[in-house]
Amino acid sequence: MFGKLTWQAIPWDQPIPLLAGATVMLVLLAVIAWVIIKGHLPYLWHDWITSVDHKRIGVMYVLLALAMLLRGFIDAIMMRSQQAVAFHAAGYLPPEHYDQIFSAHGTIMIFFAAMPLMIGLMNFVVPLQLGVRDVAFPTLNSTSFWLTATGALLVNISLVVGEFARTGWLVYPPLSELDYSPGVGVDYYLWALLISGVGTLMTGINFVTTILKIRAPGMSYMRMTMFCWTALAANLLIVAAFPILTATLGMLALDRYAGFHFFTNDAGGNMMMFINLIWAWGHPEVYILVLPAFGVFSEVISTFSGKPLFGYRSMVAATLFICLVSFMVWLHHFFTMGAGADVNTFFGISTSIIAVGTGVKVYNWMFTMYGGRIRFATPMLWSLGFVVTFVLGGMTGVLLAVPPADFQLHNSLFLVAHFHNVIISGVLFAGFAGLTYWFPKAFGFRLHEGWGRAGFWLTLIGFYVVFVPLYAAGLLGMTRRLQHYDVALWRPWILIAGVGIVIMIGAAACQVAQLVVSIRQRDQLRDATGDPWDGRSLEWATASPPPPFNFAVLPNVHGTEPYWGIKQRAIESQQLTAEPAYEAIEVPRNSPTGFITAFFCTITGFALIWHIWWMMAVGLIAAYAVFVWFAWRDVEEYVVPAEEVARIDRERRRARAEWLAEHARAGATA
Amino acid sequence: MDSQRIPLCFPKLRLVMVAAAAAVCLPLAGCSGGVMDPQGPIGAANAKILLNALAIMLAIVVPTILGTLFFAWWYRASNTRASYLPEFVYSGRIELIVWAIPLLVILFLGGVIWIGSHELDPFRPIASPDKPTEVQVVSLDWKWLFIYPDQGIASVNELVVPAGVPVHFSLTSASVMNMFFVPRLGSMIATMNGMVTQLHLQADQPGDYYGQSAQFSGDGFSDMQFILHAVPQEAFAQWVGTVRQAGPALDRAGYSDLSRQGSVSPFTYRTVEPALFQAVATQEIAPAPGPTAGRGERSVHPRMER
Repeated sequence: MFGKLTWQAIPWDQPIPLLAGATVMLVLLAVIAWVIIKGHLPYLWHDWITSVDHKRIGVMYVLLALAMLLRGFIDAIMMRSQQAVAFHAAGYLPPEHYDQIFSAHGTIMIFFAAMPLMIGLMNFVVPLQLGVRDVAFPTLNSTSFWLTATGALLVNISLVVGEFARTGWLVYPPLSELDYSPGVGVDYYLWALLISGVGTLMTGINFVTTILKIRAPGMSYMRMTMFCWTALAANLLIVAAFPILTATLGMLALDRYAGFHFFTNDAGGNMMMFINLIWAWGHPEVYILVLPAFGVFSEVISTFSGKPLFGYRSMVAATLFICLVSFMVWLHHFFTMGAGADVNTFFGISTSIIAVGTGVKVYNWMFTMYGGRIRFATPMLWSLGFVVTFVLGGMTGVLLAVPPADFQLHNSLFLVAHFHNVIISGVLFAGFAGLTYWFPKAFGFRLHEGWGRAGFWLTLIGFYVVFVPLYAAGLLGMTRRLQHYDVALWRPWILIAGVGIVIMIGAAACQVAQLVVSIRQRDQLRDATGDPWDGRSLEWATASPPPPFNFAVLPNVHGTEPYWGIKQRAIESQQLTAEPAYEAIEVPRNSPTGFITAFFCTITGFALIWHIWWMMAVGLIAAYAVFVWFAWRDVEEYVVPAEEVARIDRERRRARAEWLAEHARAGATA
Repeated sequence: MDSQRIPLCFPKLRLVMVAAAAAVCLPLAGCSGGVMDPQGPIGAANAKILLNALAIMLAIVVPTILGTLFFAWWYRASNTRASYLPEFVYSGRIELIVWAIPLLVILFLGGVIWIGSHELDPFRPIASPDKPTEVQVVSLDWKWLFIYPDQGIASVNELVVPAGVPVHFSLTSASVMNMFFVPRLGSMIATMNGMVTQLHLQADQPGDYYGQSAQFSGDGFSDMQFILHAVPQEAFAQWVGTVRQAGPALDRAGYSDLSRQGSVSPFTYRTVEPALFQAVATQEIAPAPGPTAGRGERSVHPRMER
């Protein structure tokens, strides 16, 4: 009846996952109870869960990312503390648990923290910067989000029902084959990623279409913001790379479920094919994450320097250059697998060539600051921390791209330190910079500066205290993923890294405090103008938070910095442009399609993991039926009447006029 | 307008500078006993390339970091002496330099990569007047089997080789992928079932060198450590003689026992069935079995013993 699922599947003998699971469950139940008792359920359902508004979906992506970031961070704390105590000792996490933790840490951080963070920012910002009302396929967008949430949910269910993969986050066969991993851990991994991978691919298609086809009048390619360019590059990479991931994991699933032999030891299987394929996705994935991050920094550095981005065309070229070359470097992840010298040389050189594009970007950010008037608000601090830290991480990356050096450092803690160096400084710092930068746009009030600053400094210091020792331990020959070790030389470095993680805990606390304090003091932090940072691109032209239709009248774009132009003209002439003729606006209707589809996909995934075939069939048919039902609907949009549009926009214009008058007064006294 | 509300904090940038300097210096300072303290020609050559590449990159990375911090500090909004150039968004000369610097560095580095990859290809023998010692390596769950085909003996989780003489390793795996790595001797190489990889290393001086698997291979992975004892030539001959005196014989049945999942302390075999390594590498002996069950199955996989 329930396939492989029995009461044995719950780890009654392991207090850590049980307690953690119970706590999460209690918190979740408490939140749901609070929502129901307070009567927030209809609001939640109509305004968030079924919303197809790109801004709402963006916010939900970021919330998912932050929750998963905390989950992955707890895994990190456990790993660091285990290694701190497991010198000549077994530590407190047995291998079968420790192995799940580092596999889950990698999987969660990449797929369910970093990806949703970047996709969330893209969702919120890209249509606003393009000056349009929504993405190309709003309901698909909502489905993408909920399928990602399905993946995250499945990974977290594995904490208490069964187990997660004990193979590392990229499930290398033959270890991940049925012969060596008979448990359900790898199956949780496979179905979580196969389902959320579909969501990510749809996001890619959605954004490529949006950026290529839907832009405000006059918004030519070379007038798009850097963030839109990097979003386009990242989504092109998603469209090209994610099918590889799906196919590769699909083949592994066939091996495990249907007795195929793609990657098995026997019957002609070849695990090296898996490793090639997974990295043919895996390396572009790195740039899927870091390109939008580069975009965020470009926006932030330009805004807070009070200057347009330096070398815009060069930046676009560098972005597309990275986009292309990122597909030609995958072999550097396994120089030590025994490919010949010629192959290693090719991939070593192609890898270091990528650094050219990144180098160009760094110099262009430098020259954006040159001659600027730099304000050190929190987003700018994150950006400066990024440049310094990322350059170092890039350097160790190029070092690892030199095959003879990699022969010494591959799979060592040096490698671990390297990729954390680039992903934390690149993606995480960008996430926080973007979050602080666009938060007032999303909610109408700023985040608290003091707590944000404290969070930044603690994160930066904590980062160095954790990862510089790991570089050292790697140079001392310490391999990654050790559950215990006996080499005295490594101990001090691991202990220092342990101290660093304590600093990081402080940083995380500051970030949470920032959110709480900001919400409590939202009236003092209120931004009425919609342009809290003296911004330059179109998202600042509308109100904060923007109305569902984003712009009362679609902006007419004349240059690379349309909003800056509008603002300067207004300041010069001391008045806003004449009030436009407002028209009724059609806005996409909400749809529960995404949520219900994802609900049934979760059931299908869970059933597949546990071999409950009837349940799988029910889930699959139901998920499909939801789409058919969606295809049949004939009312797709609702109309916001012209009077309503006028009322909302006049409010915004009044706030802007007040700001203009105040600006003039300030100018006069100065 | 915002600059009034947001206090400037450039002195803290000095912290960043210190941190950056520490990031570069600290790991290099504490590396005696690791890969930067090599004990053989391969390790020494690898380490030299690593340092060369590091020096080449530091030459541009350090000025870049300092330049970034200086620009950020000098062009702070409160600095009345700094000129404001809101229209400075393009300069062909700067663009040229910006593309040229990284390109030239990578061109230079590309040469280092080209030469280094060919000279230090793990498959390439070490030039030496001495005949290399042959060692066949089989990675098992979760232990290392070292077969000495010329001597007809074998050892587990312990490797004895003559110092000052090249060692030629042929490597395969009984089950999943592992990676053979002795940090102070140099390059690592993967071991894979049904395949044979090659590695050439040499220890210049007698000594005990730590070795391990560098590729995660399952629950007992952390126990896949061994000590490589590099000993004088005579001591090696002596050791071979001692090993031949005692210990079990490694035949198909013995191998089958050894290949079951679990960890063991170092021990030796007095004889080895000829061509056992080939039989493993060609899959004449089937891949070693994995665990009987995982969570979600009827019984839970037994705990590792420590």
